[in-house]
Amino acid sequence: MMRFILPFIIFLVLSVFLYKGLGRDTREVPSPLVGKAAPAFVLPLLHEPAQQFSPKDMQGKVWLLNVWASWCGACKDEHPVLMALASQNILPIVGLDYKDKREDGELTLKKAGDPYSLVIADMDGRVGFDYGVYGVPETYVIDKQGMIAYKLIGAVTAENLREKILPLVAELKAK
Amino acid sequence: MRYFLIGLLCLLPMFAQGAVATDIADDPVTERRMMLLAEKVRCLVCQSEPVSNSHSDWSKDVRQIMRDKMKAGATDQQILDLLVERFGKSVLFDPPVDKETMPLWAAPFVLLLLGGLGLGYQLRKRSSVVQEAELSAADELRVASLLNETVSAQTRASNPMKDPKA
Repeated sequence: MMRFILPFIIFLVLSVFLYKGLGRDTREVPSPLVGKAAPAFVLPLLHEPAQQFSPKDMQGKVWLLNVWASWCGACKDEHPVLMALASQNILPIVGLDYKDKREDGELTLKKAGDPYSLVIADMDGRVGFDYGVYGVPETYVIDKQGMIAYKLIGAVTAENLREKILPLVAELKAK
Repeated sequence: MRYFLIGLLCLLPMFAQGAVATDIADDPVTERRMMLLAEKVRCLVCQSEPVSNSHSDWSKDVRQIMRDKMKAGATDQQILDLLVERFGKSVLFDPPVDKETMPLWAAPFVLLLLGGLGLGYQLRKRSSVVQEAELSAADELRVASLLNETVSAQTRASNPMKDPKA
């Protein structure tokens, strides 16, 4: 009997591992930045280039940093979700327009709507690099002390907003 | 005329140069050093390709950042450390052996050990099970007669027409 049970168990264990591996996104690498201070930077705003923004301006607030670009397809998928989130006024959403042309970025927001409290322009992508951005969209939850509490690679969906981001934001706000 | 055409064809590869030489540092020493370093870094947007080989925008950015840092006097190790700090240890093709990556490094040896133990166990079991039984002369005779009996029974069964009783 053992002759059959043992290989069967091995088969089951292997199948579980392989099945899990199948469903995983290999592009998703754990970010080493979670739990660390959000890298400092100073960048001009997209709409008023004369004005500048730095993460320090958000000290004491829980906020979202959403990296997007006019050329990014998945950003269009998450756009309505961000619009809905913005209308609830839960927390400020700062958009970072990554490696984009100013006109293109502005045009996209004019056409589709602007969910952002403010948008900063990272035209050469250097700030994105500091934040470990390698695929857009990416979204960071940053807490009152300016620490990165969570990083999402890929589009924000209603599901991960409900299950992960919003509970985390509520928790961080209460602190 | 023919030799002229062949000569022209030989010049053809010269055109290939122009397309490749888009982004390189001004001095070949830095470029070479950067390329050697970029071979050690995984392109995160294209699986299993080093940054040195990749045409993705992200890899181009990383190469440019490497050039800039090198010009600013950073050592290779400092650049790698910076990349690990931003993107995690998985950007390195050869991640360091530490607490976090230990399972990764140990896994092949653990599997080999398990496989070896299993093999040894199976081999030992087999050598105890498969032992040629010695037959005595009387047994041999019995086997022979039993075999004969079944053989004749089979021939009878398969040819019922020829069975004398039928």
